[in-house]
Amino acid sequence: MSEQIEQALSRKYEAGFVSDIESETFAAGLDEEVIRKISAMKNEPEWLLEWRLKAFESWQKMEEPEWAHLHYPKIDYQAISYYSAPKSMKDKPKSLDEVDPELLRTYEKLGIPLYEQQMLAGVAVDAVFDSVSVVTTFREKLEEAGVIFCPISEAVHRFPELVKKYLGTVVPRSDNYFAALNSAVFTDGSFVYIPKGVRSPMELSTYFRINEQNTGQFERTLIVADEGSYVSYLEGCTAPQRDENQLHAAVVELVALDNAKIKYSTVQNWYPGDENGKGGIYNFVTKRGICHTNAHISWTQVETGSAITWKYPSCILKGDNSVGEFYSVALARGKQQADTGTKMIHLGKNTKSTIISKGISAGDANNAYRGLVQMGPNSDGARNFTQCDSLLIGDQCGAHTFPYIESRNPSAIVEHEATTSKVSDEQLFLCQQRGLDAEKAVSMIVNGFCKEVFKELPMEFAVEAGKLLEISLEGSVG
Amino acid sequence: MLKIHNLHAKVEDKTILKGLSLEIKPGEVHAIMGPNGAGKSTLGYVLSGRDGYEVIDGQVELKGKDLLELETEERAREGLFLAFQYPVEIPGVSNMEFMKESVNAMREARGEEPLSAAEFLKKAKEACKQVHLPLDFLKRGVNEGFSGGEKKRNEIMQMILLEPSLCILDESDSGLDIDALQVVADGVNSQRSPERSFIVVTHYQRLLDYIKPDFVHILADGKIVKSGDASLALEVEKEGYAWLGGKAQEADA
Repeated sequence: MSEQIEQALSRKYEAGFVSDIESETFAAGLDEEVIRKISAMKNEPEWLLEWRLKAFESWQKMEEPEWAHLHYPKIDYQAISYYSAPKSMKDKPKSLDEVDPELLRTYEKLGIPLYEQQMLAGVAVDAVFDSVSVVTTFREKLEEAGVIFCPISEAVHRFPELVKKYLGTVVPRSDNYFAALNSAVFTDGSFVYIPKGVRSPMELSTYFRINEQNTGQFERTLIVADEGSYVSYLEGCTAPQRDENQLHAAVVELVALDNAKIKYSTVQNWYPGDENGKGGIYNFVTKRGICHTNAHISWTQVETGSAITWKYPSCILKGDNSVGEFYSVALARGKQQADTGTKMIHLGKNTKSTIISKGISAGDANNAYRGLVQMGPNSDGARNFTQCDSLLIGDQCGAHTFPYIESRNPSAIVEHEATTSKVSDEQLFLCQQRGLDAEKAVSMIVNGFCKEVFKELPMEFAVEAGKLLEISLEGSVG
Repeated sequence: MLKIHNLHAKVEDKTILKGLSLEIKPGEVHAIMGPNGAGKSTLGYVLSGRDGYEVIDGQVELKGKDLLELETEERAREGLFLAFQYPVEIPGVSNMEFMKESVNAMREARGEEPLSAAEFLKKAKEACKQVHLPLDFLKRGVNEGFSGGEKKRNEIMQMILLEPSLCILDESDSGLDIDALQVVADGVNSQRSPERSFIVVTHYQRLLDYIKPDFVHILADGKIVKSGDASLALEVEKEGYAWLGGKAQEADA
């Protein structure tokens, strides 16, 4: 190991990468050298490079998991470039005229204001920079409250003790194949710290973080809510990101200390590929939170994009009386495949968890719920309630449910309910007889099906999620 | 209002309507009676354009337009309303959202401005009262957990809100006790006007004591075999359908 460190030290300042950051994209391939380069680019401290290298070492010994209900060609990890620097301004489209009109049409339907459209499309115009001042205003307000919200690459330098203390404590670097890969090569992501007893004065959203725009395929997010604090974090963009990248392997870690509450909402709409299943994002994400005494973590997700979704936001209910929640809507259509769910690990006494999962399949899509509820030996009085509903549109799609329940405590109570239903011809006919066209009818029926989850989303997000479903369902009625 | 000429229609491979003709003028109420399996419900589905109900011959005009050319929702927007015999549930979609969308789809088709939430709520509350449904029905999922009688009253409430020009009531009396029947009939009667026509499909004469028809037609084996005034319904009540001859009995079997 010391040899590696030595190597690292000696190579750190090799070559002139840094000056080339604006335009540099690494050649495809992954080895120690690449990881050293990434770390050097970011001018990272020694401990972090070592951490990355250890993760890489674990990853090399691991096998890509095959247990999910997903079918995709083998990923060639040596064919991927692991670092792509942000595009310089001159490479960006000069105006919206140069942006894919299809993309703009979608923005318009979502009701996104023009300057936001420009920002989302990465247009290099002044209007974009106007919004920077908005961002700054928010930052100032947060700083007043003592809330830290910055890119994780920045946090490594500004708050090294906090990052070092919590990074990898919830999702260890060798946790699973994709988490290990992320730990080795992550490029950026968000860092949030809410001090003791502070209620974040606003909902934190990646949207406010303009520099999030071009973070690559391997994001790493770490949110720490100190004792008695509260934060609501919104992730993702409701507009489709036509990302060329194929593999997206993110890690999100949440730490809720005693009496803290974290609400984490995601609306994911990555490019799902075309109607023949060509292209699209492979989304392999590890999200997990740990709850200390009386803490509360709530995951809400609306997943409509990606060709492949492999994602199980989980809660470790370590402290007594802690609460974990998972509310999910996963929509798969066309050739999309989703294998998603959650894990609720009950360790403390009187811990409670609720799982509400709504899977919607249309076209040739396959949608699987996979969930684990584990009641540990000390989880006296723990309770779980799980409800898994699947909705089928058409007769070529599939819905699958894989619930795993492990109880090692006789006083723990686990409830599981599951239903599968179809958008019936009768429902469609009723809606059409009342003057609604078929697409409107399906979107209304689907929105009704998802209501329990949407009501967990922050208000404006819920509206956008509803619209997003409507757009995603376009053309799925034959 | 409605002109049906020589209508033939099939479901899957079975021909159900075999040359049905009927003309309805604005403001008229026509009752259609007949034995089970005569094609009464099929007529409602064919007119409203339900998938799987295929017209093989004949013409239908609604207010001078070729009805059969139109999509299901276009027919609805032209003012054709079907009160379902067995209204289906749409879980999670509130009656309120559903009806607001529906009312505004109709208004849009007529070139009118959509109703605001407040305007709609006012109308919906009135309609609820008219059919004796408590206001919390507006918040409940469409037909979700409604009793049979509540579903039927809910259909009439929708009819009141949508202000259609041709209403087809498909056995809106089935499964109702006498009080509920009275409520449904009152709702329908309140909507009678010189511009609005009704087709009341029923198996029993009972409903016609409350909703007085201008004409009564007996449908048997896919055709109208006899037409008359309200007294025809009383005859049917007394004699059953046997007197119509072999064909009707066959259809009943």
